[in-house]
Amino acid sequence: MGREINVGMNVKENAEAKENVKVKESEKTNIKINTTVNLAGVELRNPVMTASGTFGSGQEYGELIDLNRLGAVVTKGVANVPWPGNPTPRIAETHGGMLNAIGLQNPGIDLFCKRDIPFLRQFDTKIIVNVCGKTTEDYLEVVERLGDEPVDLLEINISCPNVKEGGIAFGQDPKAVEAITKAVKAKARQPVIMKLSPNVTDITVMAKAAQNGGADVISLINTLTGMKIDVHKRKFALANRTGGLSGPAIKPVALRMVYQAVHAVCCPVIGMGGIACWEDAVEFILAGAAAVSVGTANFYNPNAVVEIAEGIENYMRQYGVTDIKELVGAVE
Amino acid sequence: MKYMETARVLAQEALAGDIYSMYLNTEQIAKKAKPGQFISVYSRDGASLLPRPISICEICGDRLRIVYRVVGKGTKEFSGYQPGDPVRIMGPLGNGFPLEAAEGKTALIIGGGIGIFPLLELAKQLKGRKEIVLGYRDQVFMKEAFEACGPVTVATEDGSQGTKGNVLDAIRENGIRADVIYACGPAPMLKGIQSFAAEQNLEAWISLEERMACGIGACLACVCKSKEVDAHTNVHNKRVCKDGPVFRAKEVEL
Repeated sequence: MGREINVGMNVKENAEAKENVKVKESEKTNIKINTTVNLAGVELRNPVMTASGTFGSGQEYGELIDLNRLGAVVTKGVANVPWPGNPTPRIAETHGGMLNAIGLQNPGIDLFCKRDIPFLRQFDTKIIVNVCGKTTEDYLEVVERLGDEPVDLLEINISCPNVKEGGIAFGQDPKAVEAITKAVKAKARQPVIMKLSPNVTDITVMAKAAQNGGADVISLINTLTGMKIDVHKRKFALANRTGGLSGPAIKPVALRMVYQAVHAVCCPVIGMGGIACWEDAVEFILAGAAAVSVGTANFYNPNAVVEIAEGIENYMRQYGVTDIKELVGAVE
Repeated sequence: MKYMETARVLAQEALAGDIYSMYLNTEQIAKKAKPGQFISVYSRDGASLLPRPISICEICGDRLRIVYRVVGKGTKEFSGYQPGDPVRIMGPLGNGFPLEAAEGKTALIIGGGIGIFPLLELAKQLKGRKEIVLGYRDQVFMKEAFEACGPVTVATEDGSQGTKGNVLDAIRENGIRADVIYACGPAPMLKGIQSFAAEQNLEAWISLEERMACGIGACLACVCKSKEVDAHTNVHNKRVCKDGPVFRAKEVEL
């Protein structure tokens, strides 16, 4: 009997103790926050994703971080057939940034569908497949092939500065941007993100062209064309001579362009360019980005995407922001 | 399995000219490391973003020894580290040398210039018969450490020590014979060894170097040309950081 009573009292005490802990915890984190973002009907758990080309298809980083923490994984660009990419050296460090001229090396859509998509499907994160091509037909072949695959969104790369055909050639002329967007939209079974190049005179013209073509979302910026010369060898640092500049060095340019694009179009904008910490990500969101991508930072901090997702949550708690949508475009 | 760690500098010394030797205390990386693997070393300078891939020279319990040449801002920074300083590293990375390839055979370990460093731990761990050939431009370094592992033959370009010429000249001059080659050094030397191994019908394992960004196989910056279509990349490219840095000489094009 005594024992039963004791047990009863303990349970009650435990319940009270638990209640106290709950109160204390809720004092610390007294708001329920909503970090989900909606991109063309696809709900992401948070606005943090990877930037295409910096994260492969996630296998390598999956050994180091929990991919379930990401809003989405954006894959490295994939074409209709395997591409060997450029000669080496393909990479060079610059002050606060880096140049790359990988040349969109990729295994082609067949192996990608067989290997990379099933890998990513194991995780509770959205899959955004970046699509590259040399001709409109190339893009469409990949887009159609992906129609039956369990991927959430397509990102069309019309902005790679490191390939001779395709890539940026589609991204520097508003008529070409609109035409390729229209062609892709006519075939795509998933919502379409058009990834824009910053190597243009007026980004708003390109953003509007993508919107006119029917883009569901736009993303920017891809890398800025740059160059580095080794003064001792008197040689170009990259075999390709020019490459795409990325990293913290480009962030102010990227932020300005994202802000301009947000004000030029109605569709959601994914912001990227030099994001390395949560403060950078919040800047892009305040400038109007619905979501953000982290690229070069993955190379020197594999945990960057996870830290940024956590940092955004802490920021929201600190300022009593219950829904991340309140922050989008909230710069005054 | 690879680890991201903040290691501690135990000691550092200038080995010869602009070459530095640093001992690091690690939690996991040294325990898991194999000869021929490397670590990514991250600079503290926010303007130097990319990790510096540096080969592992020696492994002893929780300790790693890395030996590197100061070639730029990053390595210049590392050379100033003092005992007790924290260093952010990731590793062990890459495949390393296959020790089993030398079982019951005579191994020929060939190093050129700063390419000799990843061979020291290999020379220590290979238990069977071995020949060691080291090539230098002029100044000879780390020779004694190799002599503790087996017979060493030296070649210098200026003829100040050993054979005047390169490592292959030294091998021919001294009639050195072996069954399996392990090599690391500048690209022209590795190319010479590739041809030598093909002529002599010898199995050869060579360690390559290329500019890297991620260091883990994701970014495809550091590829080398492969003779066959690679299973992962699906093109004639292999990733030096992940599929290498050690390759069979006959599977790559230099």
